[in-house]
Amino acid sequence: MKKMLNKANLYWLLFCVGGYALLMGLMSAGIIDAVNQTVIQTIIVNIILAISLNLIIGITGQFSLGHAGFMCVGAYSAGVMLKQIGGLNGFFIGILIGMVINAVLALIVAIPTLRLKGDYLAIATLGFGEIIRIIVLNMDITNGAAGLVLPRVVDFTILFVFMVVALLIVVNFTRSAAGRACISIREDEIASEAMGINTTKYKVIAFVIGALIASWAGALYAGNFYVINPGMFTYSKSIDILVIVVFGGMGSMTGSVISAVVLGFINSFLQSFSNMRMIIYGLALVMIMVFRPSGLLGTREFKFSSLFKRFTKKKEASQ
Amino acid sequence: MTVFFQQLINGLSLGSIYALIALGYTMVYGIIKLINFAHGDIYMLGAYFGFLAITYLHVGFFPAILISMALCAILGVVIERIAYKPLRNATRIAALITAIGVSYFLEAGTQQVMGTSVRAFPQVLNNQVFNIAGLRITEQQIYIFVTTIVLMLILQFIVKKTKIGRAMRAVSTDSDAARLMGINVDATISITFAIGSALAGAAGVLVGIYYSSINPLMGMLPGIKAFIAAVFGGIGIIPGAMFGGFFIGICEAIVSGYGGSLFKDAVVYIILIVILVIKPAGLLGKNVKEKV
Repeated sequence: MKKMLNKANLYWLLFCVGGYALLMGLMSAGIIDAVNQTVIQTIIVNIILAISLNLIIGITGQFSLGHAGFMCVGAYSAGVMLKQIGGLNGFFIGILIGMVINAVLALIVAIPTLRLKGDYLAIATLGFGEIIRIIVLNMDITNGAAGLVLPRVVDFTILFVFMVVALLIVVNFTRSAAGRACISIREDEIASEAMGINTTKYKVIAFVIGALIASWAGALYAGNFYVINPGMFTYSKSIDILVIVVFGGMGSMTGSVISAVVLGFINSFLQSFSNMRMIIYGLALVMIMVFRPSGLLGTREFKFSSLFKRFTKKKEASQ
Repeated sequence: MTVFFQQLINGLSLGSIYALIALGYTMVYGIIKLINFAHGDIYMLGAYFGFLAITYLHVGFFPAILISMALCAILGVVIERIAYKPLRNATRIAALITAIGVSYFLEAGTQQVMGTSVRAFPQVLNNQVFNIAGLRITEQQIYIFVTTIVLMLILQFIVKKTKIGRAMRAVSTDSDAARLMGINVDATISITFAIGSALAGAAGVLVGIYYSSINPLMGMLPGIKAFIAAVFGGIGIIPGAMFGGFFIGICEAIVSGYGGSLFKDAVVYIILIVILVIKPAGLLGKNVKEKV
């Protein structure tokens, strides 16, 4: 068995702690102002959403447009518990409840619909996402269309920890045997079935993990941004997440993180142009797809281990 | 029972509009396998073109529809040439994202040019109401239904009887083989977009007259519902889209007529999921065996 704390993992750990310390330092020193802090919080939520969707779309190749529905469940479970119990305890109980509901929902959605392929699956999951939203819209405990107004219980540390844990789970899943099975389903479903892979099982596993992580994102959103209402979780939200994933490159977690950061800052930069923002955003999407249809990184990942290899190769070459 | 028949009539008008949009979806999907997310926004622009024509050119109902159809057809071809044609050989999802980008662009562009507010659509038809056996039928509903049927008949004629229709069917069956037979595939795809967009334009004007208000985001939900209608009838199949459009429209009207208007969208999605699980190829679709 490989050591848990090998060189690459050590660097990742340092990278995370360093990134956290840097951002925290800049925030407390006031160099990152309140506006940019909000941008960073949005980016972290979007990163969690994007990697969870990337697991379903990029790794397993199942085209889902219902992600906003799962986020909605997570947000409302946390929101309702925040109202009922309050404080961080309520928040974490809410996350647990959201995960349970989402697991059940994801199973209900996945087992019949994952038999469908491509566009049909997309449109079926879109339908499921919208049904979830309409149910939430018509419930009393969720306060209908007006939504919930919540206290802010989540701070930057919690956001960051959740993001790192989500990344760890997703990246490790993709490198496990189950993850490789998922990748083989993406590459060729019939061939992988012929190789003895239970395709339905792995598709459902990926779908459920994706849904669970999306519910975290929803909960973090509810705990961080004061207000949630059903209008935030329409299928356009799913499309926004999809755009992040495709822009970064389907199948590349590094790509999802980078594109969430880039799009987050582009969005906040364009905020001052109001209507022009969506025009430019739309044009940018078309341009990216026309000139770089596989996204920024394709399926490539940034790894410290391959970075080391490159360095050692260079050294050998120079000697 | 009166409620039922009344909602059936309302549903036929709503369904006509869905069917016209669904035809554009289904034709484009049939020919290049693209869910044209921007189609709902072409329908929205059709409503605005009709609005502008009636307000500034002071034309009547039929000229407004024709102007709107012509402008939408041009717009559809331009969008296809600029945004979709470079992606003909890219992955499906890349084309889909492009369509979403176009959709954002059209929505935000309209908001920029025409303002975000809801506008009243000028009434060009009389508001005469016919009472037949206790049922209320407005003149607008008759116009909508008749216009839709006429447009569908014209479309059927074009697809079944003309040379260009034969080319469209050939390209949708097998574009490579069609190319080998000397069919200009690019031109055929452009014409498909033109026809589909023109139908959406007509639907836009009709909906403007029916609801007498238009706004830049009005295309989103009807766009999705029309797509569901197309999937319901069997995507790529023209009679399927007509049937699906009417079916979805009538279901929606009946559900809201019996007091479920909050859940009418959910019902549409449930219908979609049921049909996809039971018969993924759609009601009129044939199951295609996958070859390995």
